Amino acid sequence: MMNKYVERLYNGLIKENPTLVLMLGMCPTLAVSTRAVNGIGMGLSTTAVLILSNLVISLLRKSIPDEVRLPSYIVIVASLVTVTELLMEAYVPTVYEALGIYIPLIVVNCIILGRAEAYANKNTPLLSVMDGLGMGLGFTIALTLAGLVREVLGNGTAFGLQVLPKGVEPMGIFVQPPGAFLVIALFIIIMNAIGIKTRQKQLVEGCDGCCAACASAATCTSKTEEAAK
Amino acid sequence: MNNSLILIVVSGALINNVVLNQFLGICSFLGVSKQMKASASLGCAVIFVMTIASAVASILYDLILEPFGLQFMKTIVFILVIAALVQIVEMYLKKNSPAVYKSLGIFLPLITTNCAVLGVALTNVQSEYNFIESVLAGFGTAVGFTIAIVLLASIRSRIREQDLPAPLRGAPIVLISAALMSIAFMGFSGLSF
Repeated sequence: MMNKYVERLYNGLIKENPTLVLMLGMCPTLAVSTRAVNGIGMGLSTTAVLILSNLVISLLRKSIPDEVRLPSYIVIVASLVTVTELLMEAYVPTVYEALGIYIPLIVVNCIILGRAEAYANKNTPLLSVMDGLGMGLGFTIALTLAGLVREVLGNGTAFGLQVLPKGVEPMGIFVQPPGAFLVIALFIIIMNAIGIKTRQKQLVEGCDGCCAACASAATCTSKTEEAAK
Repeated sequence: MNNSLILIVVSGALINNVVLNQFLGICSFLGVSKQMKASASLGCAVIFVMTIASAVASILYDLILEPFGLQFMKTIVFILVIAALVQIVEMYLKKNSPAVYKSLGIFLPLITTNCAVLGVALTNVQSEYNFIESVLAGFGTAVGFTIAIVLLASIRSRIREQDLPAPLRGAPIVLISAALMSIAFMGFSGLSF
């Protein structure tokens, strides 16, 4: 019995890590990973929204009619994001300032709608909460890792503490926008080299890489193909 | 005054490029750029939708949300308005200009999930732009998106013919190309008026 819940955590953290394996939610990953602390802030706020949205959607899964489920999910997620945003503005204003527009943009983070569609609308509330926790923590870890690499290389610090010796000039490019693309590319290269299967094919070969399980996956895959002809 | 309006467009298109500098709309940037023709069409559809969405969002914010003190509702309102708007535009085009619909219509549903559209609407509010400035910012940003995706699509059509080391194939080389483009676009930050 317990195993099922632990399995959800393992699944989110490692087996289907949303950022590194499923390649979901690339926008926030690239954007806020300039500092390790930002990664934690963004990761945890997304985790909070994800746990709550999974819980609410799972509780309502029998009462939401199938035809209007996506708009309903979007409204639920948007409300939760607004609550999170207001709480962060009040209690952690420094993190709120640093993350800026990317907090309201959690609404369009594919991980959240993806999990609602792929998991929460089919499973019990408790399992969905564990799924949200696993996925959220997996996202947080990946984001913090990317932030850490960029911060060490680009600024010479880790979590604000100096780690590179004073004589070493940090490579500023890594905290600039290009560094984000480079570091994520590096992660995928490493995973390719050691043979971990990622779903990067979807990332570069159709829009379903992002909205794998979400809203218009069906329409958009077939329609992109149609357009390609 | 005119200078600042031009600056908004140029800054949206080049200096603060939405994809390469602000990382919005990465999904479609990486996903659709496989095909040159599809990229150009998506770009046009984005220009169309983003300009209209900025205008509508700005009107709603100034006339409804602000007078009633409902600014905190902006995320919910904007995302619903954008989703509805895309649907309406799609239906309108389908009925009234089938030619345009044929080239743009297929990309319209895709744009609903494009975070760049919501991002622009929210940025406009944050920068306290008025109606005209919002529309221009939306237009400029969308032009920036189009430039970036068309450029990446052309680069990728060249990459396809190269013999790459195995770990680099697929997403990594595309991301590295995007990084190089981003470096190039950093040069625009020196533009001043």
